[in-house]
Amino acid sequence: MSDVLDSFPLLLRGSWITLQLTVYSAVLALALSLLFGVLGTTRGLAPRAVSRFYVEFFRGAPALVLMFWFFYSLPLIGLRFTPMFAAVLALGLNYGAYGAEVVRGSINAVPKAQYEAAVALNLTPAQRMRRVLLPQAVALMLPPFGNLLIELMKATAVVSLVTIADLMFRAQQLRAATGETAAVFATILVMYFVIAQLLQLLVRYLERRTDRMLGRRPRKGQPELRTVAAGAPGVGGVG
Amino acid sequence: MSWDWNYTGEILPDLLSGLRITIAATLLGYVIALVLGLVWTLLQRTPSRAFNLAVHWVAEFIRSTPLLVQLAFVFFVLPGWGLTLSALTAGIIGLGVHYSTYTAEVYRAGIADVPRGQWEAATALNLPRRRVWRSVILPQAFRRVIPTLGNYLIAMFKDSPLLMGITVVELLNSAYQAGAKSLQLLEPLTVVAALFIIVSVVSSLIIRRLERRYATN
Repeated sequence: MSDVLDSFPLLLRGSWITLQLTVYSAVLALALSLLFGVLGTTRGLAPRAVSRFYVEFFRGAPALVLMFWFFYSLPLIGLRFTPMFAAVLALGLNYGAYGAEVVRGSINAVPKAQYEAAVALNLTPAQRMRRVLLPQAVALMLPPFGNLLIELMKATAVVSLVTIADLMFRAQQLRAATGETAAVFATILVMYFVIAQLLQLLVRYLERRTDRMLGRRPRKGQPELRTVAAGAPGVGGVG
Repeated sequence: MSWDWNYTGEILPDLLSGLRITIAATLLGYVIALVLGLVWTLLQRTPSRAFNLAVHWVAEFIRSTPLLVQLAFVFFVLPGWGLTLSALTAGIIGLGVHYSTYTAEVYRAGIADVPRGQWEAATALNLPRRRVWRSVILPQAFRRVIPTLGNYLIAMFKDSPLLMGITVVELLNSAYQAGAKSLQLLEPLTVVAALFIIVSVVSSLIIRRLERRYATN
């Protein structure tokens, strides 16, 4: 155990990479999910088809497979990425697809009367989305987004398989160097857990703020089936 | 470099044997997840609040730490404690235990989703406790959670490539090894990605049907 504690700075460096990966991929995923989620709620057939295609394609392939594909296959046809870029791209595209479904479902779940009122007030489609539908949809999006953020953070552990020196990678190095298998893995499990709980606190804070902004009472107690279902990293949609 | 169909044909048998391992690991892991998830849920409904809370945090710990690390833990640490598992067995156990904490949450939410009036009516009818669970609550909870449970089967299928982290030669690893031999990784990895996407798209259609069929409102 003392060997592991001596090498703790190494693990801290690894967890810094894990955090960076999480933040970069989450930003990319958020942008993609808003873009394709909103496209998925439009009337036009073409934008909806584009959104559908993106979601089915990148939700269908596991992040690790996408990462291998970007990292090992695409260089063969002339596209070269650094490992970090390939990892962020794979995670961002993958989780952006889950997120797009959450955004689409949440916008569709805003009561119809809100949409009708916005039309009656002669708001343009852009105003409708920005001023009426999205602010209310955000409150619905946050709990499943929180789940996805934690899933994303957990998924970053696979980047160790494409040689990025994240927390898991450092742990494997440390295991090879010290042979303290149990201590090393127990330590990083706790570190991942702490990161997950911090992210959870952040999401709770955002949820409370959004609820206050909309003048709603914050939800209490454990998540409902809808939220659990919406956070499922499988293939079903919400709403 | 262009696509080589002959080569694609040559590696296909390797990929298919990898696919068999992937499917076996997913299904066996799913059985563990379904059963163990129910155990987690029931253990959080005991009369002792402290015990329930302890179980809750253990499940939360497993749920919010990466599957890959847990697989490594099962595969590398348990042998030191006298329990040596083959890579595939370790993978199945890791996959099953990890996802059991998700199914537990699904079961819990499904039970909570049964309207209060059902509990009240059962009490008013003076039904015995066992009967309330068996004939009133669980049948209604179960139909609510079927689509979500289906979702987690797909999620497990898509997480099965992580088993290559502990040397299991499943679909992705078989493609990687086949490609690494000939230094041609474009074809095998593309075929793997396509296989995953096809399976996911088809199962997403099935799940949408399940959702419609078991819709409660």
